[in-house]
Amino acid sequence: MNALNIKRGASSHSAYDLRDPNAPVIESHTLAVIVENEPGVLARVIGLFSGRGYNIDSLTVAETDHAGHRSRITVVTRGTPAVIEQIKNQLGRMVPVYEVHDLTVEGPAVQRELALLKVAGKGDARIEALRLAEIFRANVVDSTLESFVFEMTGTPEKIDAFADLMRPLGLKDIARTGVAALPRGV
Amino acid sequence: MQMTGARMVVQALKDQGVDTVFGYPGGAVLPIYDEIFQQNDIRHVLVRHEQGAVHMAEGYARSTGKVGVALVTSGPGATNAVTGLTDALLDSIPIVVLSGQVPTFMIGTDGFQEADTVGITRPCTKHNWLVKDTAQLAGTIHKAFHVARSGRPGPVLIDIPKDVQFATAAYTPMESAATGHYAPKRTPDAEAVARMVEMMETAERPVFYTGGGVINSGREASRLLREFVEATGFPITSTLMGLGAYPASGKNWLGMLGMHGLYEANLAMHGCDLMINIGARFDDRITGRISDFSPGSRKVHVDIDPSSINKVIRVDVGIVGDVTETLTEALRQWKARGSKVNREGLAKWWAQINEWRAVKCLSYKPSTTTIKPQYALERLEALTKGMDRYITTEVGQHQMWAAQFLGFEEPHRWMTSGGLGTMGYGLPASIGVQIAHPESLVINVAGEASWLMNMQEMGTAMQFRAPVKQFILNNERLGMVRQWQELLHGERYSSSWSESLPDFVKLAEAFGCKGILCTDPKDLDEAIMEMIRYDGPVIFDCRVEKHENCFPMIPSGKPHNEMLLGDAETQGVIGSKGAVLV
Repeated sequence: MNALNIKRGASSHSAYDLRDPNAPVIESHTLAVIVENEPGVLARVIGLFSGRGYNIDSLTVAETDHAGHRSRITVVTRGTPAVIEQIKNQLGRMVPVYEVHDLTVEGPAVQRELALLKVAGKGDARIEALRLAEIFRANVVDSTLESFVFEMTGTPEKIDAFADLMRPLGLKDIARTGVAALPRGV
Repeated sequence: MQMTGARMVVQALKDQGVDTVFGYPGGAVLPIYDEIFQQNDIRHVLVRHEQGAVHMAEGYARSTGKVGVALVTSGPGATNAVTGLTDALLDSIPIVVLSGQVPTFMIGTDGFQEADTVGITRPCTKHNWLVKDTAQLAGTIHKAFHVARSGRPGPVLIDIPKDVQFATAAYTPMESAATGHYAPKRTPDAEAVARMVEMMETAERPVFYTGGGVINSGREASRLLREFVEATGFPITSTLMGLGAYPASGKNWLGMLGMHGLYEANLAMHGCDLMINIGARFDDRITGRISDFSPGSRKVHVDIDPSSINKVIRVDVGIVGDVTETLTEALRQWKARGSKVNREGLAKWWAQINEWRAVKCLSYKPSTTTIKPQYALERLEALTKGMDRYITTEVGQHQMWAAQFLGFEEPHRWMTSGGLGTMGYGLPASIGVQIAHPESLVINVAGEASWLMNMQEMGTAMQFRAPVKQFILNNERLGMVRQWQELLHGERYSSSWSESLPDFVKLAEAFGCKGILCTDPKDLDEAIMEMIRYDGPVIFDCRVEKHENCFPMIPSGKPHNEMLLGDAETQGVIGSKGAVLV
């Protein structure tokens, strides 16, 4: 019953030549979503990600324009190129969404995250923690005789690296804000 | 003008041109019902279950092209509406559901009949609102209608706490209501259209593949589609949702495509070199196995929803736009360039298609002793052809047979639950259609199992004198489940037979309408005519062959060119991989 006997990918115009959907090309993208600051808007965005099986690596949200009732949601997500495109389109069609920017493809962008790290220790470990903090330009925002709270700003990778160093030195707790990002230039 | 929130609801509905509301009262919407009682412009249809209200609103909307409206109370009223909302979301049907809510000061206290309605309905609406201030109520209702009908249509819900209904504020007229920034793109990119037109000029084996988007775009879209198809001479097939946009009697019509679509339609899709998708979404019922879907074709996809394009199938040209505007632009460009097509290629293509047509894939084994379901629908089609007829269906084998054997000449004449596949849709939908078209013949083609899911709505049909005809193909089985169990699960018919069915004739009498039983093919014509002639609702118990399977069929996980045409071909065709698909 194979009436035409056309082989898969027989035409150079076949849609399937463009991209193998099973290829393990997972990309990380930072999206800036400008939304109307209405009740439930964050739940709507998160519900889209969970309902359709997309990943959220980091999520930051705050009102950025009080008079205009606008909030900025910065979300770092992972997926194949097709999934990333789909995420942007799904976000873009939501009623309270004004704009969706893919900062990963729209040109260079600045990405920063703020973290607070509590490190407890005595003796050499305490001195080493303070020394490393200086190297990483982390500030001490709280101190007792047995602990520090460091505040640092940087890329997620920098914070990861600092946290990894602090772990053997007595890292007790870490609080991170998630990524905030803006395009460079005007 | 100052007025209460409850009055605002009625005023805003009037301003939006609403003439009918389907609903069910309860504590949290009593102020609105009090206002409905005191006016005559809007008719309220009392349903028997809130799911019925939403399906009726859907039937009303699909058959008129207008926005359907349902009104339900808080808590259980709202949760009962969820299936209908999801159904409307998947089939892109514009409806507005108004729900009552406990007073604002009680929200969050687990009050009587309190539910987090906006939370529950957030994923099954296009958008929803909880209105906490009466001053915002009228504006929100106007915005809700705008959202429901703009872009890709869909269901919206407005949750209105009881104190907001009682409080007084200034009414926001429709003209001054802010519809916000929500204005989906309608005008297609002319360059993308040009690329499509260029492809159309040279294609040897083109096919139009159209869907519900053509119908949602309005009657002009169907007219333009017909003009384009006739002018180019291209073959055309359609999804379940798009039937009627191009007439079934049209010479280029291949019939429905997809899992139970026609042989010629599916093979044309598989073998084409240019696929022009207009307002369809490459649903899994259409594509079969993605990796072998139409492997040799260039693909164009016209859709008003950007997220539909490249979601499932990657296309060569994606055109975001309204179907009417896109077809207008495409026709203009195509004519301006000299109305060219590849005549030689087309002639060969049609010769090939006619070979496929000659297979006569809808053939079935006739019987003189039992009514074959296909025969029942052939007779229904023959006896109602040319009538001012609307068809709704439930979900299952009968739905697919109806799509195969009934012909639709116009859009808005065929109402079926496509995306969600909601059993229990057809009866309430038929009432919604009949309320909108009181003089027309409205038939719900049903299976007995689906029909029982919302049969309480016969009470609504009686109360509101909606003479809907319930044409039940009764095989005493959950036919499609049974078919899959036969093909996939070793003929172990787990819970797929209907025991203890009611006597449908007595049931009709209990509701006060007419019941007809038909068991013999010889009596069928006369029985159908009796159903059509009867001035009132009819429950028609058509006893059909119990083990008939629906063919053609593309088994799960198979491509289009591996269709099954009949029972002899079904042994061992679906592997374990296919069995996990639905």
